[in-house]
Amino acid sequence: MKKAIVSVIGTDKKGIIARVSGLLFELGINVEDISQTIMQQYFTMIMLVDLSEAKGSFCSVCEELDKLGKEIGVDIRMQGEDIFTAMHRI
Amino acid sequence: MINIQEVIETNKMVSAEHLDVRTVTMGISLLDCISDDIDTLCERIHNKIIAKAKNLVPVCNEIAAEIGIPIVNKRISVTPVSLVTARTGQSVKVAEVLDKCAAEIGVDFVGGYSALVQKGMTPYEEEFIKTIPEALARTEKVCSSVNVGSTKTGINMDAVRLMGKMIKETAEKTKERDSIGCAKLVVFANAVDDNPFMAGAFHGVGEGDCIINVGVSGPGVVETALKQVRGADLTVVAETIKRIAYKITRVGQLVAQESSRRLGASFGIVDLSLAPTPVKGDSVARILEEIGVDCVGGYGTTACLALLNDAVKKGGIMASSHVGGLSGAFIPVSEDIGMIESAKKGILKLEKLEAMTAICSVGLDMIAIPGDTSAEVISAMIADESAIGVINNKTTAVRVIPVCGKNEGTAYFGGLLGEAPIMPINSVSPARFIARGGRIPAPVWANKN
Repeated sequence: MKKAIVSVIGTDKKGIIARVSGLLFELGINVEDISQTIMQQYFTMIMLVDLSEAKGSFCSVCEELDKLGKEIGVDIRMQGEDIFTAMHRI
Repeated sequence: MINIQEVIETNKMVSAEHLDVRTVTMGISLLDCISDDIDTLCERIHNKIIAKAKNLVPVCNEIAAEIGIPIVNKRISVTPVSLVTARTGQSVKVAEVLDKCAAEIGVDFVGGYSALVQKGMTPYEEEFIKTIPEALARTEKVCSSVNVGSTKTGINMDAVRLMGKMIKETAEKTKERDSIGCAKLVVFANAVDDNPFMAGAFHGVGEGDCIINVGVSGPGVVETALKQVRGADLTVVAETIKRIAYKITRVGQLVAQESSRRLGASFGIVDLSLAPTPVKGDSVARILEEIGVDCVGGYGTTACLALLNDAVKKGGIMASSHVGGLSGAFIPVSEDIGMIESAKKGILKLEKLEAMTAICSVGLDMIAIPGDTSAEVISAMIADESAIGVINNKTTAVRVIPVCGKNEGTAYFGGLLGEAPIMPINSVSPARFIARGGRIPAPVWANKN
């Protein structure tokens, strides 16, 4: 099963990393790498995740993440890693 | 790992700059459907298309969700219908079956109601071409094309003469909808077998049984990248376009690989095209204006377009393992907000568009002309465009809409086909030239062997 990039962008507040990684844990998704910064006052984080033991389909995981994003007021997306490697690596 | 800037760049291209995959087109051979009996033929065509393409739309939607980039159109192209109805005639029945398949599968267009008559016309091909107006009037999603010339064969002027009449007849038969039938009919020189774009897609006879061809897009992305290098010299402009074209094409390559794998089809080609849509921020005209011509159609337009077209190819070729189709910037007037505005102002004229077709794909495309334009004038437009294509060894095409009952104003087609100001034309009669018929011989450099 493929790997994906979860990106989280929004106003900084307490507990964003905890909530997102908590949900990923519940969904059986392993986080392999995290990169996080504040860009133009926005909390910005990307996570490389492994979906091989994920509970549910790619789309259902996206929906769960979207739901959490709405709840805590940040934008959360998950996309296959290959689109970024295709575009940004030769 | 991919870094944050790269993720943001990709997602901004989608959310703010209209990056999308314009079309995933499945090419399906109908040669094994041929029969002496029209009903058997229709049944076989229906069964084959449904069997091959039933998952096309869900698979494309699934891939789009996974990569986070929209796949706007899903389409089907088939073997030129004139070949599969050679024994049976009654081609309109096949058009109706294709339309039914499109509706069942949920694709927006089916291409291939086509004939390849670049050198000569058999009696059944001539009969087929005469059914095009009826077929386009009776169907919603069927697209038609006719190849009337090639660099190897010259130009079949009998077919050119006939197509002028067929365009007029199609306009008449669909007059209650601003002659929309003509928006689905294109006349080619040097037509390609693996074009994923409509209205000119058909599945060439040299192709495999079932293939996936992908057309990429992204004029908005190119325009935004060029805004970052305002004032820089043209080498920088070309390099910027190349870099962005590489990235855009990589998306197409990934989608082509994934969709062909999941659909059990062969990977055909990625078409390196910049295809505009009528929405703001998705215009090829705006790129030319960003390079530095105040309004598309002014002097300098052709040079800017040549630079753009060439840089898109150079960037895209390395990004894809198989490049094909039309591969060039499109300039369909009704589908590009910048072209529409310039044509309405009277700055972009037909003569400039004709010059532009000499250095990009594909031809006089989606141009509304006065409803009283004669069939001979339309044939002569086709002859001129064919000459540009045949002599320059490139594809050219004519998709003009003589809007029945309107000689000025605007024609409305809706959706992706947009709206088009009716452009004035030079109406000097070429009737004696068109009446001659026969063939314009192949150019000297067709004889390479």
